[in-house]
Amino acid sequence: MKKVLTIILLTIVMLNGQTPSAETILKKIDENMISKNQIMTSSMIIHGRRVSRTIRSKSWSIGDTKNFTEYLSPAREKGTKMLKLDDKLWIYTPSTDRIIKISGHMLRQSVMGSDLSYEDMMESSDLTDSYDAKVIGSEEIDGKQCWIINLVGKTDDLVYHQRKIWVDMKLYVPLREELFAKSGKLLKRMELKNIVNIDSRWYPMKMIFKDVLKNGEGTEFVIDEIKFDQDIPKYKFSKAGLKR
Amino acid sequence: MIKFLLKGLIRDRHRSLFPILSISIGVTLTVLLQSWITGYLGDIIDYNARFSTGHVKVITKAKYDNSQQMANDLAIVGTNKLTENLDEEFPEITWIKRIRFAGLLDIPDENGETKTQGPVIGWGVNMLSKKNSDIERMNIRKSLQDGKLPTKRGEILISDELAEKLKVGVGDDATFLGSTMYGSMAMQNFVISGTVHFGSMVLDKGAIIVDFNDAQTALNMENATSEILGYLPSGDYDNEIAHNYADRFNKKYSNSEDEFSPIMITLSEQNGLDSMLEYVSSFIGIIIFVFVLAMSIVLWNTGLIGGLRRYGEVGLRLAIGENKGTVYRRMIYESVLIGIFGSLVGTMIGLGFAYLLQTKGIDLSSMMQNNSMMMPTVVKAKITSTTFFIGFIPGLFSTIVGTMLAGIGIYKRETAQLFRELDV
Repeated sequence: MKKVLTIILLTIVMLNGQTPSAETILKKIDENMISKNQIMTSSMIIHGRRVSRTIRSKSWSIGDTKNFTEYLSPAREKGTKMLKLDDKLWIYTPSTDRIIKISGHMLRQSVMGSDLSYEDMMESSDLTDSYDAKVIGSEEIDGKQCWIINLVGKTDDLVYHQRKIWVDMKLYVPLREELFAKSGKLLKRMELKNIVNIDSRWYPMKMIFKDVLKNGEGTEFVIDEIKFDQDIPKYKFSKAGLKR
Repeated sequence: MIKFLLKGLIRDRHRSLFPILSISIGVTLTVLLQSWITGYLGDIIDYNARFSTGHVKVITKAKYDNSQQMANDLAIVGTNKLTENLDEEFPEITWIKRIRFAGLLDIPDENGETKTQGPVIGWGVNMLSKKNSDIERMNIRKSLQDGKLPTKRGEILISDELAEKLKVGVGDDATFLGSTMYGSMAMQNFVISGTVHFGSMVLDKGAIIVDFNDAQTALNMENATSEILGYLPSGDYDNEIAHNYADRFNKKYSNSEDEFSPIMITLSEQNGLDSMLEYVSSFIGIIIFVFVLAMSIVLWNTGLIGGLRRYGEVGLRLAIGENKGTVYRRMIYESVLIGIFGSLVGTMIGLGFAYLLQTKGIDLSSMMQNNSMMMPTVVKAKITSTTFFIGFIPGLFSTIVGTMLAGIGIYKRETAQLFRELDV
């Protein structure tokens, strides 16, 4: 009996020894997901209650503070541009030839009818700054062993007070994320798929977002092409760049 | 006999003055309350019908299930054909297409960048076409405070409060920012042609009114609309007739399996108006009941006091052989005359006050700052045919009941005692 107990205790100690801290896991995720800059061409497939639509766009970004997105299709969306600089967001449409600041309750609106809001776009990806993280268990997703990290907001002004992230133990890429309100109510769910190796980093090429409070089949975000650490002209991240 | 009774009442004012005064006051209050409630309820119904509910409304089933949502992703599509069908099958009803939407109104500075912006609720209504124009129905012309009505595409009206808040005026540019029917970003430039004030907090806080075709273009709603409103030929809402139309339409067009199939709903099925209608009609009933009860007790008391005062008179009448039943009945006849007279006086005074309230109204806007219901801020009474007779119900009923209760004492008088009592 003593032997059995000793073996169990040793196994627990060894397992604990193998579990990296949540901060370490998040840091490794950042190494995969965050680059100095990136240029990405993507398709957003929005499965609405009535119809499904595909919106293609190209975006240029530096870290998570600067982002410039230009919509390529369909015709009605073509030429619409969005600029994010820190916590500010502007939008430009050629039909109005106006640069409009998105603020207030508009930030909570859906982006192009998708399951993503402008607030989601504005969020900082540095989770360790805003959340207390803890590994709370492990689970298998699509045959891949994952750590489950629970993040609880340090302040009350966060869009999502709590997050749960399932992280691939081998590749250190999130495979699933659930976002909760302060009341504990699940608000959004995200699945990350098609993990590929690009420039020695693992990156999901397909993301499926589902706003659980919204009807519809969710939004697929498919990356057609992504390039890291490119030369991006400075004007891209200026309001003048929106009208160019 | 009536002449005889009247003479008695006029000569002996103690018998008539106090009961008539009591009845007149009560009847005045009843008439005033009835006209005020009718007027206010009528205004609420009228406001809702004109701006929001119609007498009947056609929307999608999904929209009906999510009636609080302003988004147009659940709008009706293929509306050109549907409106044609409605015109053919229900030609007596006036059918109006409207688009309701929400978003931001953004005001540019001299560089075309955001100067100010604020949330708005928009109405896409028919303003440019002469057929089925909403200008009169929504009282837009009379509500105009500054500028003019839109005369061409791309012009909008905004509420004067919003104009003040955004610091804009007639001729200024404004860009609407919202969501299209498919959820995409909707941005459309407009020129402010005028400002309006409707006298309803919900509308005056942040309303913009655009032409229906402009709204269709801005929100990508080609051959689609948020709702089709129907107005009955009489111009007034009739719950039974509206339900008949709705039943006929739903039998033919509504499909419970298809969430985007059209469904017709009546005014009373929207904005909680059914419970309001029920509440108000029962409220009038309660007022009358309480008044009858209170006045009956007052007049019972008056009758008892009168009975004591007229103790000798009743005794003498009984002693000289008048039947107890006859005395009792004559007292009731007297009360009928008092009731009629009191009700007449009360109704006339009540009608006078009601007329004042109907023409002037009471401005309650300061008490409705955070009100989200569609209702006028100036409360007005409405004199209807009911107002002329409603006071007679409690006026007559309470005097008769009061006298009947007080008069029971007549039957308790013992004939053998009468002469002894009269000696005293």
